Amino acid sequence: MRVDYLKLEHRVILDWIEPHSSVLDLGCGDGNLLSILIQEKQVHAQGIEIDEQAIHKCVAKGLSVFQQDIDTGLSEYGGMLFDYVILSQSLQQVKNPDFVLKEALRVSKKVIVSFPNFAHYFSRFQIFFGGKVPVTRALPYEWYDTPNLHFLSISDFIEYCKKRNIKIEDSVFIRKNRRVKIFPNLFAEIGVFLISNR
Amino acid sequence: MADGGKSVGIVETKFFTFAEPPNELILDSGERLGPVTLAYETYGELNDEKSNAILVLHALSGDAHAAGFHNGDKKPGWWDVIIGPGKALDTEKYFVICSNVLGGCKGSTGPSSINPKTNEPYGLEFPTITIKDIVNAQRRLIDHLGIEKLLTVVGGSMGGMQVLQWMFSYPNRICSAIPLATTMKHAPQQIAFNEVGRQAIMADHNWKNGNYYGNLSPAEGLAVARMIGHITYMSDISMAKKFGRRLKDNRQPFKFSADFEVEEYLRCRGNNFVKRFDANSYLYITKAIDYFDLLNGNNVHDVFKGLEAKVLVIAFKSDWLYPAYQSQEIVKACKSAGVDATYCEINSTYGHDAFLLKIEEETHLIKHFLRTVFNGLEVSVENES
Repeated sequence: MRVDYLKLEHRVILDWIEPHSSVLDLGCGDGNLLSILIQEKQVHAQGIEIDEQAIHKCVAKGLSVFQQDIDTGLSEYGGMLFDYVILSQSLQQVKNPDFVLKEALRVSKKVIVSFPNFAHYFSRFQIFFGGKVPVTRALPYEWYDTPNLHFLSISDFIEYCKKRNIKIEDSVFIRKNRRVKIFPNLFAEIGVFLISNR
Repeated sequence: MADGGKSVGIVETKFFTFAEPPNELILDSGERLGPVTLAYETYGELNDEKSNAILVLHALSGDAHAAGFHNGDKKPGWWDVIIGPGKALDTEKYFVICSNVLGGCKGSTGPSSINPKTNEPYGLEFPTITIKDIVNAQRRLIDHLGIEKLLTVVGGSMGGMQVLQWMFSYPNRICSAIPLATTMKHAPQQIAFNEVGRQAIMADHNWKNGNYYGNLSPAEGLAVARMIGHITYMSDISMAKKFGRRLKDNRQPFKFSADFEVEEYLRCRGNNFVKRFDANSYLYITKAIDYFDLLNGNNVHDVFKGLEAKVLVIAFKSDWLYPAYQSQEIVKACKSAGVDATYCEINSTYGHDAFLLKIEEETHLIKHFLRTVFNGLEVSVENES
């Protein structure tokens, strides 16, 4: 079910990325997005991922990937070393998203962030009427086994960018693998943002 | 331990001699050494383009015999689980070379070799050698074999130090590099363990300042050195699993005999080691390891600058002798130099020894990494719908 959403999300990311650019994927998982980007855009790709089994899958795909906790930062990388840093469904899983985003914006010209929207109307219903932590397509985990450490909405992220003086260059909101045009904070399950430093 | 592939079969050690006077090998110390012989073995066939050659680099107690069987032997070479048809270093695709290090005692020139000036074994007349000298000698062998660029250099522990030295000294002679369970500089704790081993040898009254050839060798000292080494190669968990507190079956009724299985094991390993290793080689090689410091005052950012080779760095979780943080420093150096690299910390309980064993994850990583280096990147995208 969840890959349906990632499909449009990946298409959006693919559209934003220039051919032959350099990409660092933070929390690259099994490396499928990086493989797509190499195949379609001939990017120079590097992944960082904490899970050992995911690393083995990446190496089997021929990818270069570091086993590392992205919360420890990117201090070995010089400023503006990459064209893009991608945080696809990983920002809400780090301990310190503020620090990770700051680091991402330091080493890269543009940063792509996607996350599940906690303010989606179905989540609101579940909290309001059910009195329970929401379990949805975009947030499929129970409270006791979720890898998500932070719950944020599309509005939260837009406000955060304002506060940190981050420019939102483009954004796409997704529900059921389709674009959401109206009231995204209510109707979108996933927000995808292309941001840069002002 | 069962292995997934076939054996390379019966193999023979070959020898290459170079640096005949007056063109001796000039060492790191400035001293000259020659002639130099390197013992080496090869497995598989070098292709016409000479693009499929892999140099395997051994650790402290290793030798040129990495795979297959010597005629009449029951035990295969030291990395037979990795090298062979269908294995990670697939001898049906690749041409694999392994040589005994300079300073060794298994056919390469070392302190037990005859000094042509005196017609006696070198003993302590043998010059001090470094990892750089070891690698320089290997480069001469690779030249001799007519190989311009190695597909990869791979090795663990001291073998990994040689990999790093190749990356530093001969970046244009390698397409890729695989340092396993190793470090860019030997740390004080690592030097300390080596020093205890050396002291055990030198305290043996048979050592006689290294002048023991033709007489009794310092076997007890060397055995103790090996026992210390073995403790550091294992882990708390692997020892508990292997021995527990079990007592050995045929205990002798006198004090301080080997009561526990672990004691018996260490004694056995120590006694076997002295049959195949020279005490002076142990002194010289451990010193070369201790001197190893690739940074040597250099900035970590500069050490691999301009390196175009792809790198695969592997550490093992329970390895406390060469802990993962040391591999991460290699990764840091690669990152800041913009080197195309991969790092994985394999979850193993076998301690430092893990790199030598048949660990599925290590095999998988090396196999796929090499395929990418050899064939170029062929991405496969999984269907997402």
